[in-house]
Amino acid sequence: MSDDVKALSAELAGDPQSLVFLRLGELLRQKRQFDAASRVAIHGLERHPHLADAHDLLARILADAHDYERAFDEWDMTLRIAPQHIGALKGLAFLYFKIGDLTQAEAHLQAAKDAAPDDPTIEQAFAVIRGEAGATLASPPSPAPHPTSPSLAPELEAPPARTRPSGAVTPLPDERIFAGLEGAQEGLLLLDLAGLVLGGALKTPDGRDVTDTVAAYLAGVSQEAGRAARLLDLGAWRGLSAEGQGGHVYLAQPTSESLLLLMRDRSLPLGRLGLLAQRAAQVARQWLERQR
Amino acid sequence: MSTPHSPLGRALDLITRVRGVRGAMVVSRADGLVVAEQLMEGIKGGALAALASSLAGRLQRAMVSAGLGPSQFWHLQCDQGALLVVPAGEGLLLVAVTEADVNVGLVRLELLRAAETGA
Repeated sequence: MSDDVKALSAELAGDPQSLVFLRLGELLRQKRQFDAASRVAIHGLERHPHLADAHDLLARILADAHDYERAFDEWDMTLRIAPQHIGALKGLAFLYFKIGDLTQAEAHLQAAKDAAPDDPTIEQAFAVIRGEAGATLASPPSPAPHPTSPSLAPELEAPPARTRPSGAVTPLPDERIFAGLEGAQEGLLLLDLAGLVLGGALKTPDGRDVTDTVAAYLAGVSQEAGRAARLLDLGAWRGLSAEGQGGHVYLAQPTSESLLLLMRDRSLPLGRLGLLAQRAAQVARQWLERQR
Repeated sequence: MSTPHSPLGRALDLITRVRGVRGAMVVSRADGLVVAEQLMEGIKGGALAALASSLAGRLQRAMVSAGLGPSQFWHLQCDQGALLVVPAGEGLLLVAVTEADVNVGLVRLELLRAAETGA
């Protein structure tokens, strides 16, 4: 173990709440110790689930380890927390570039450039992309405009809409509820107050479809949560999270007549699950409004 | 309901000592009755126990059906506070009512600790 890694590790051990994990994780990433870097980033995220730089760090580690699916999720989350995060904008541009979606890659780079006009690496990345634009997309390009330092960007316009850049995931039609949201087919459920399914699906870890059973058990939860909140003078309820031995669930209320459940395994911290659920609830709300 | 020196009383003491906790109680899961309580004035323990037990039951069935196993902790977040629940041994639930700005992680730890010691 190098001295700088030792020193940062000791500093982090002395103050586990410290943000020094960002430097330690980055250092380990640069040394290509991806497992260790990933552990540091994930522990940091457990303590600071809403820190954009921490999600960005984990995304860079995952991207370096060629886990592009999860890297996309982490950069996506970074932008939800800090919509002008330069590292995340460049990272997503890199992922889109990797799959040959040059339009999205350029759009994200443009958003990064607007946020950091003096960053020379953005121009270099543009040059790479423009050089590729005339060529065939059959062979994915290897040099990438990879972000090198995490930073929070100044306020700017929101980045372009994103869709998951993965060949492994079949894109959902736009009109489907939760289209584009991670796990929409096995870990997201929208139901009415009577427990009838409006959208999404739930599967057990071994692949059994339990959509209707779980929906039936959840009928009435919304009213009971509201009753408990009123009884205790706690105002409106915003979310209900539960930890299980095999995973977590988060319930949110997109509208007064619906309930949304998001289910994930324990690798996803509860704080992040809540963020994802609120995002899914927003999508569900829009969809429900369109149905009226 | 419980003397301060009984195990239940000590467990509730530790939970209510956390800043921002308005009260804590031990509830029977099966019938939603109060077993022990340390609540601030104005909190209706009996009604809260019944609601907490019913909600816990629904969540438990939903989570077990979903293959996630029994719930170990749940957290109802509201605009002005929260309700936190942890199952304890012998068919009991430990319940805490908190202000909005409470350290949820700390209350969770105290609840889990109390549950482990057999509150």
